Amino acid sequence: MSRSSSRGASLAVLATVALAAGLGAQDAEAGRAIYERWCAECHGTDGTGDGPAAASMLPRPRDFTQARYQVRTTGSGQLPTDEDMLRVLQNGLHGTTMPAWPNLSQQDRHNAIAYLKSFSRFFGQGPAPEPLDFGSDPGGGDEALEAGRQAFVTLECERCHGPAGRGDGTSTPTLEDWRGFPIRAADLTQAWNLNGGSSVEDIHTRILTGLDGTPMPAAIDAMNSGVVSPDEVWQLAHYVASLGPREAPRVRDVVRVGRVEGDLPPDGSEAAWAAAEAFYFPLAGQVIEAPRNFSPTVGGVWVQGLHNGSELALRLQWDDPSRSPDPDWDEWQEKILSTLDLDGAAPPEGRPPDAFRVQFPFDIPEGSERPYFLMGSSRRPVYLWTWDSEGGIGEARARGLGSLETLSGDVTGEATWADGRWTLVLRRSIATDGDGLSFVEGTAIPVAFSAWDGSSGEVGKRGSVSTWYYVLLEQPASSAVVVAPILAILLTAGFGVVLVRRAQSRESAGTSE
Amino acid sequence: MRSDLWKGSTFLLAAVVIAGCGGGGGEAGDTGGEATGGGEPAATQIDPTTVGTISGVVNFTGTPPALTSIDMSEEPPCASAYPDGAMSQEVLARNGHLANVFVRLTAGVSGAPAPSGNVTLDQHNCRYHPHVLGIQANQPLVITNSDNLLHNINVSPTDNRGFNISQPRAGIESTQRFLVPEVMIPVRCDVHGWMHAYIGVVDNPYFAVSGPDGAFTIPNVPAGDYTMEAWHEEYGTLTAQVTVTAQGTANVSFDYSSDMAGADVPLGEPLVIRHGANGIEVERGAGNAAAGR
Repeated sequence: MSRSSSRGASLAVLATVALAAGLGAQDAEAGRAIYERWCAECHGTDGTGDGPAAASMLPRPRDFTQARYQVRTTGSGQLPTDEDMLRVLQNGLHGTTMPAWPNLSQQDRHNAIAYLKSFSRFFGQGPAPEPLDFGSDPGGGDEALEAGRQAFVTLECERCHGPAGRGDGTSTPTLEDWRGFPIRAADLTQAWNLNGGSSVEDIHTRILTGLDGTPMPAAIDAMNSGVVSPDEVWQLAHYVASLGPREAPRVRDVVRVGRVEGDLPPDGSEAAWAAAEAFYFPLAGQVIEAPRNFSPTVGGVWVQGLHNGSELALRLQWDDPSRSPDPDWDEWQEKILSTLDLDGAAPPEGRPPDAFRVQFPFDIPEGSERPYFLMGSSRRPVYLWTWDSEGGIGEARARGLGSLETLSGDVTGEATWADGRWTLVLRRSIATDGDGLSFVEGTAIPVAFSAWDGSSGEVGKRGSVSTWYYVLLEQPASSAVVVAPILAILLTAGFGVVLVRRAQSRESAGTSE
Repeated sequence: MRSDLWKGSTFLLAAVVIAGCGGGGGEAGDTGGEATGGGEPAATQIDPTTVGTISGVVNFTGTPPALTSIDMSEEPPCASAYPDGAMSQEVLARNGHLANVFVRLTAGVSGAPAPSGNVTLDQHNCRYHPHVLGIQANQPLVITNSDNLLHNINVSPTDNRGFNISQPRAGIESTQRFLVPEVMIPVRCDVHGWMHAYIGVVDNPYFAVSGPDGAFTIPNVPAGDYTMEAWHEEYGTLTAQVTVTAQGTANVSFDYSSDMAGADVPLGEPLVIRHGANGIEVERGAGNAAAGR
């Protein structure tokens, strides 16, 4: 290698280094413009997390002045690395109001974090923060999951996250963040809502670093003391990741209600419903009319349906860490109601129940026009199956949000709560003579869902709602449906045989000629 | 049985560690331990002819609030340690004296000796021991668990870095340091919402915590005039002037009363950096009012 080419190589290296450094260079003053345009509405112009939009949010926007960051690769009490902060700007914080910022260039993000860091004097002191050594993943599999389950027990994760991981542990009603705001333990069965990400690596990192400023502690000292081994912490991460789907379930528009012969399931047990397909529908806080709900408890519902030609049953399952009313959650309810902006509404008194409603139009709509999704209107009312944990099951007509007229109906059912999840079964005859909708097999009928968590003070308009979907009662497989294909096969085969025979006989005739 | 023995010996060890290092402040828990003085700076030579002792008492007049009972039924090993029922620890006032008051010199100190030894914060029977402790900046705080169950130590300072560590078994130790003075830092266990402690970080060894008899002692204080401050989690702060003479004992008293309930109880208030028209301004904000309860 000649001298000149080696000089060329080193120049290239230098150029690469300079390029990398240039991209990473941070301009806090340029970051200020980005911050004030995109961030200040929630985080406040002074970075204290008290922007104009903050009062209705839970968890609250980050207070940058304390530099207490949840999602880090560094130890508890340490500052985040620049990469940690960039990742949050790239991905957002799932399960919170912090979105991803794909509109910002990488340089913009670098500049923004330079400005974020300028809110706290903690940055720039001492050496740059270093990620922990996370070791390497020994891999998953059944044995790993069992070891992980054991570690879940050993580290007493269920104290906050609950035995099934739905955030319903015994300590949850008293949890607060570092500013005294109520905070929920994560529902680990909804990994798509984990603010630090849903991969095994993400979960492993959160276990060892903790989420500073929240009740989630770092388990690294427990690991270093030998309570759990490094491999077992990885296996715990695999176990947590196995508790539910990593991505939010795909939303399909139609609940297909399969037809069965004979009796419908007698209860809501898993065994009775194992054969029925489950459909997931997301719910969001009602934020159209005051008082709005920007921090709903219930984020989605799983729906299954079966019918037998005369009766229809729906099984509805949703996660709610509290079985309201429950006096253990009194303090939580009080804190939630004093933390959130209720749009001037008076907080509910006493202990509200949990509640759920299934909404249909009052009549099968002609064409595609449906009632207003928020409980209809005076012109187009909606028909509701209602349940609450104290009043039981009923039917109602509504002509707009907040209006509710009880109907005497024949919906029956039952609800059970276990490990942070309600299971509600509702049944009714397919056709009805009274007020209410008569279902028609083979016709897609609009359906929507709404839920309330009483222990979080959710009553009236402050609930979770879905948009319209459809429910379709599948028609029986008629004898024509079964016979026609067989007939077609036989006819085709017969026709084929005739053709072959004819050809053969023609050929033999030909040779004989 | 074996684990009980092990637990017991761990606690004994923790107790020895507390007793062995002077900087740990007083223990005013159910065991009625004596109040101890500030640090004994072994590393620094003290000329006994130049120092004196501050001997003080924290008085209390009026009717202390009734202590509230704590439901520990979710942790039977802890509940069984309190046969008469566990009570809250916010106000321990008895016979006209107030315990768990953090006292320190706030003005007049110069050239304080560096810290030596560790300070221990133990978790035992679902309580912090001690409930109030003092430590010097940069002195190691050793956090131990004498309960064979999960605690998390969630520390929320404002001028120092906060941290949150789980200790799911007896015998785990975590060591942390606070780099700058801060009075007081709230500590909380999120698993057991009733567990609270307070840490006072100061840059000298001249501090103490009042015992069940309200008494405290700060030894080895260089002769001079000082301002002292007392801090209590419900009744706030009081100040006093004290003159220490060489080889003498200076007496000081702080008088709290039930009228002071609801007083402003300062915790470390965060330094807020504001981006004003004139550039960056640093001021103390009130953003931490909710922290530490």
